[in-house]
Amino acid sequence: MHKIRYIIGIIIFGLGLPAGMGAALARNQVQIAGSSTVLPYARLVADAFSEAYPQYKIPVIESGGSGAGLKEFCKGVGENTIDIANSSRAIKAAELRACAAAGIDAIEEVLLGYDGVVLATGAGSSRWNITPQDIYKALAARLFIKGDLRSNPYKNWHEVNNALPAWEIIAYIPGEKHGTREVVEEKLLLQGCRDSGAYAQFGKAGFSAAAAKEACIAVRKDGRAVDIDGDYSETLARLTANPVGLGVFGLSFYQNNADRLQLVAINAVLPSEETIANGRYSVSRPLFMYVKKAHIGVIPGMREYIEFFLSEQMIGPESPLAEYGLVPQSPAQRAAGRAAIAAGQVMAIPRAAP
Amino acid sequence: MSVGAGIENNMPGGGAQAAALGACSAGDPAGRRRDIGLKRRYRAEKRFRFYGIAAIVFGLFFLVLLLWSIFAHGFGAFWQTTITLPVALEAQVIDPDNRLAAEPQSVSDPHFLAMIDYPLLLRRALAQKLGVAADDRAAMREIGQMISPSARGQMRRFLGANPQAIGTVQTIRFLASANVDAAFKGQINFSLPQDKRKISDRQRQWITLLSKEGLLHKSFNTGLFTRPASANAESSGLAVALIGSFYIILIVLVLALPIGVITAIYLEEYAGKNGFTDMIEVNINNLAAVPSIVFGILGLSVFINFLGLPRSASLVGGLVLSLMTLPTIIIAARVALQAVPVSIRAAALGLGASHTQTVFHHVLPLAAPGILTGTIIGLARALGETAPLLLIGMVAFIANYPHSPLDPATALPVQIYMWAGEAERSFVERSSAAIIVLLAILTLMNVTAVFLRRRFEKRQ
Repeated sequence: MHKIRYIIGIIIFGLGLPAGMGAALARNQVQIAGSSTVLPYARLVADAFSEAYPQYKIPVIESGGSGAGLKEFCKGVGENTIDIANSSRAIKAAELRACAAAGIDAIEEVLLGYDGVVLATGAGSSRWNITPQDIYKALAARLFIKGDLRSNPYKNWHEVNNALPAWEIIAYIPGEKHGTREVVEEKLLLQGCRDSGAYAQFGKAGFSAAAAKEACIAVRKDGRAVDIDGDYSETLARLTANPVGLGVFGLSFYQNNADRLQLVAINAVLPSEETIANGRYSVSRPLFMYVKKAHIGVIPGMREYIEFFLSEQMIGPESPLAEYGLVPQSPAQRAAGRAAIAAGQVMAIPRAAP
Repeated sequence: MSVGAGIENNMPGGGAQAAALGACSAGDPAGRRRDIGLKRRYRAEKRFRFYGIAAIVFGLFFLVLLLWSIFAHGFGAFWQTTITLPVALEAQVIDPDNRLAAEPQSVSDPHFLAMIDYPLLLRRALAQKLGVAADDRAAMREIGQMISPSARGQMRRFLGANPQAIGTVQTIRFLASANVDAAFKGQINFSLPQDKRKISDRQRQWITLLSKEGLLHKSFNTGLFTRPASANAESSGLAVALIGSFYIILIVLVLALPIGVITAIYLEEYAGKNGFTDMIEVNINNLAAVPSIVFGILGLSVFINFLGLPRSASLVGGLVLSLMTLPTIIIAARVALQAVPVSIRAAALGLGASHTQTVFHHVLPLAAPGILTGTIIGLARALGETAPLLLIGMVAFIANYPHSPLDPATALPVQIYMWAGEAERSFVERSSAAIIVLLAILTLMNVTAVFLRRRFEKRQ
């Protein structure tokens, strides 16, 4: 049986292959990871980039979420680490320190634009007008009722606010790992907590500022506030099954599925590119790109990709990104962003917490 | 129906058996009929047959439901709408600064070719066909939305190859945008108000006009198999995923099959039974049940962080999935070796064959069909795996064809996962189409396995 010898030969070859190929590989392609919200925009830029710069390879863009992307980003400097992290929230001080500990001391922060966070119900339901206060009262874990802190007793929206329909309270909110969750907490729950006076009451009841904030953003765990750990399409599926539920989406996702959803107005303002850009609709978040400065000039096409991303034809008001749903920054902000990248301005590393 | 007929066919046989048993009891000298619970036992059999059929029908129902939903959603993606138009390649649009007159060789300069405003040429051609004035900006915008952005690259390649076409009118066939494609396939609900759908009333009229003139047509979507990922649904395809999956399967086959078979042969035929081999066996069985994400974590820390292999490469994916598939192959191979009759071994040894000769000349060939089945099952599992690939960076947007296993690539199930989560409906349709492709490949693999097994068995 001579075949056996061949098989053994193949195994030895197979084992030797990865070990030998390991070290000395020059990467000629930009590697990006991070937010799945930023991915469609980054992908549009990558497509256009390949047209404008046919000499470079098209960047590889992973989508695992902002947190996962920043964690990969902070692994260190070198060719087997990623070059850019996409994020739908600002980098945290702890993440910056983790980066610094891994030897990444020069990080450039690039603001790409804003993404609207919209509330919607299933198609066929009637239009709502809701305030952050209503949302806080409907979803908070514990509420002050006649001065006593009690677990949330409300079962339908009508009990929260007479103007709302008598529908059961079911809200599908993004899970903890999503950048969108932070927006829901900051712009809706905490805002509603402040507006309703509960925040001040927490203060009077002896809560510290941090504990009061914690109590404000704690959502009820009795099944009426459902964490969605998947993406928006899962929320959409939930709303298709239960049209009177309240779901949280990105503006661009809504625009692609407008026939299946009904927008909810917040403080009587409907979200759109205009109302978000002029600040009347407040529930939005910035989208960022974090760049390893040490990799610029080493990875071919990286500088060009970043400059191309920031160019007016990509993130300006008439750009394909704006068409897809990105809310552009003001002209001054865009110019400042380009200037900061040209100057190679890096972020300050915060000192460790005591 | 055929299942029911099968039961009835079986009844006469059962009846004959009953008669034989009856004859037996008739031999009882006292003439008393002994109660041997005959009726009860027949009822038990009938009951079990019913349970069996019910279980099969239950399973089949869900299988049909699954397949129906996938095919109903994904079938449309195998057809793609294109627009065929005479396009005037106007010299003043292509070369506004009149560079070509001074230096004609610049037509092959990639920068020159990249800077041409191709969408304008296409918009003008379409506007002329539809009778829209070129200075009606709102209408021109809507016209632009009907053309796939991929037409830009197509025009660039065309001009690069045919520079003499500048200034002439050429009939060009390009992709319609995903929304036009959906409207042409009848997937858009036009009873909704205009702002709730992606195609305006005006665009709808244009689509009807174009299809009446025969300029808009559906054809088989070869792009689904030949194009890499793209930001636009209509121009994105499975090519990178297919190549990536091919590399991965190849690497798994080359690594896991020989290592697995040799391990199984050694453990089964050479190693003595002691505490150490028992421990190894328990560990192998445990590994077969470890969640696949664990192998992804291992792959990230060993192959990428320690050995320094590139991220997103199908080589790393193949290595990780080889580790995942190994236990499956080892277990299948050991079972197949155990099933070889002891008499074969005894006969070979009795005729003077050495231990190794016995194993390789007689036992292994007999065990081959079983090993093969186990290998194919393992490969099929590796082909359908997503979770470990997430950690090693293969869940990504990759638009360059991978030329070697070291280049970034995705895999088929990863592409399904990524498309399924997209906001645009056309991507979701493609995701179902990708499932159909994956199912077709899996069916092909399993049919090959059955075919090979038959051939092996016949040879003996």
